[in-house]
Amino acid sequence: MKTIEVLDGGMLTTVQDLGRFGYQRYGVPTSGALDLFSMRAANRLVGNPDDAAGLELTLIGPRLEFIVPATIALTGADLGARLGDRPLPRWESVVVEPGAVLSFGGPQDGVRAYLAVAGGVDVPEVLGSRATYIRSRLGGLAGRKLEAGDAVYVFGDRPVLLGGALQLPVPHRPIYGHAHPLRVVLGPQDDRFTPNGVHTFLSSTYSVSPQSDRMGSRLAGAAIEHLRGPDIVSDGTPLGAVQVAGDGVPIVLLADRGTAGGYTKIATVIGPDIPRLAQAAPGDEVTFHSVGLDDAYAAVRVQEAALAAIGPIRHGPDVARLRKVAAAVATVASLQRR
Amino acid sequence: MIVEFGDSIDPAINRRVRELFLAIERAAVAGVRDLVPTYRSLLVSYDPLRTTFDRLRRHLSELDAHLADTPLPPPRVVEIPTAYGGTFGPDLAFVAGHNHLTEDEAIAIHAGTDYLVYMMGFSPGFTYLGGMSERIAAPRLKTPRTAIPAGSVGIAQQQTGIYPVESPGGWQLIGRTPVSLFDPSRHPPVVVEAGDYIRFVPVTLDRYSAIQDEIQRGTWTLPVRGVTT
Repeated sequence: MKTIEVLDGGMLTTVQDLGRFGYQRYGVPTSGALDLFSMRAANRLVGNPDDAAGLELTLIGPRLEFIVPATIALTGADLGARLGDRPLPRWESVVVEPGAVLSFGGPQDGVRAYLAVAGGVDVPEVLGSRATYIRSRLGGLAGRKLEAGDAVYVFGDRPVLLGGALQLPVPHRPIYGHAHPLRVVLGPQDDRFTPNGVHTFLSSTYSVSPQSDRMGSRLAGAAIEHLRGPDIVSDGTPLGAVQVAGDGVPIVLLADRGTAGGYTKIATVIGPDIPRLAQAAPGDEVTFHSVGLDDAYAAVRVQEAALAAIGPIRHGPDVARLRKVAAAVATVASLQRR
Repeated sequence: MIVEFGDSIDPAINRRVRELFLAIERAAVAGVRDLVPTYRSLLVSYDPLRTTFDRLRRHLSELDAHLADTPLPPPRVVEIPTAYGGTFGPDLAFVAGHNHLTEDEAIAIHAGTDYLVYMMGFSPGFTYLGGMSERIAAPRLKTPRTAIPAGSVGIAQQQTGIYPVESPGGWQLIGRTPVSLFDPSRHPPVVVEAGDYIRFVPVTLDRYSAIQDEIQRGTWTLPVRGVTT
């Protein structure tokens, strides 16, 4: 059902999910949320499956009016969210009444926020996913970012309102800051760099370039020395691959990356650390730390444990508020039956 | 995990990539999320909660040892009708002149070979083709065009390819096909896959328009045949 009216699209608001798999062999990038931890958390907070579609909001958030009641959760970056004239808490589910306007004051911590709506955003599935890939106008809302005048539909013919509010406990909520240590597994072409080059990579502090986008996080800093040039016969590019082209400066490849590339890849950022990078703002510091596969797997389990910690908010439910919302739902349902 | 079979562009290496790719697909190996076959390697994305590098490596080694059990399907040649020159191929004259050929000679060379689709990538539906004659090689444009129509057939150095969707690019454009190489509403979204061959078949502008009409009406079938060369 039609749930949200877009009053202002913000800088870059797109429909995303966990990504488009099975089509990279045809050259189709996976796309999907850059910060998969926040996307999944948002879905779980509103009772959605992990792979439901939600909105990815970038730096300058949109202005969204709810035209029916909804259960929502906002996760990821603190972009200064307000619901009406009150701050909207992040990392917990919130019931929103019709007429409420969600707006954003400006980035406080991190770059990308995720908005899930109970039921999941309803756009056509394209090649098995609802994720937006703007370059090829695939998926999402007509393959593009949200603009003023758009309507966001949510699955189901009546709003999904959850009985009790859920939260991600505070100790599991990330604080992004401006320094991002990233764990990497070296390879697949670390042997195409001099020992000095690998040392430069692991000991330098890089700064996030403003040219970073959903394709990759471009970095500025010390050049990494190749053994014999940056070119390889093209091979596949995994998420988090640290590609080093002729200028010696690393690019960490993200969700909209091309499926294959002809430049050497010195290392791969481990999956659980990609969300941190996705939240890095231009000018932030990035460092790389070599770990083994067992450490990487352990980090995956730590992240899953954090998601599994999502549970009911301890303080009691706001009964008066829930009654008011239930009444609003009844009104909407009767209006739509006419 | 990246399984490397070599370090060069070679049909035999590429064949091994495809053999393992198909074997993994058929065996539906637990924990494998996606596969990206390229010229000479296979990227295997896996879910670390469902498998590990070591377990996956053992599984793939077993498959690799028994590749003979799952032979590759016989290669297909997909015929791509192409209108050469004119407004569809504004750089044909340059490509011909650069190689001291007439336009007809350049067309005959380009359309006279079956090109192996080594891999797809760069953009959705883009094919990396092998086998173009050096006699029609040409440098890229100094200034790339900002919008190249879908279906444009181009040459860059010793490579030839088709732009699957409208995009910017610096290839020398020699012709255009009405066939849509990538359409997300189709299953699969592509008309050729890695391992297939492409044969460009010259058509007149009239035939181009007729095929375009048939495609729109949904009555067009892409000619596909076995390898004869």
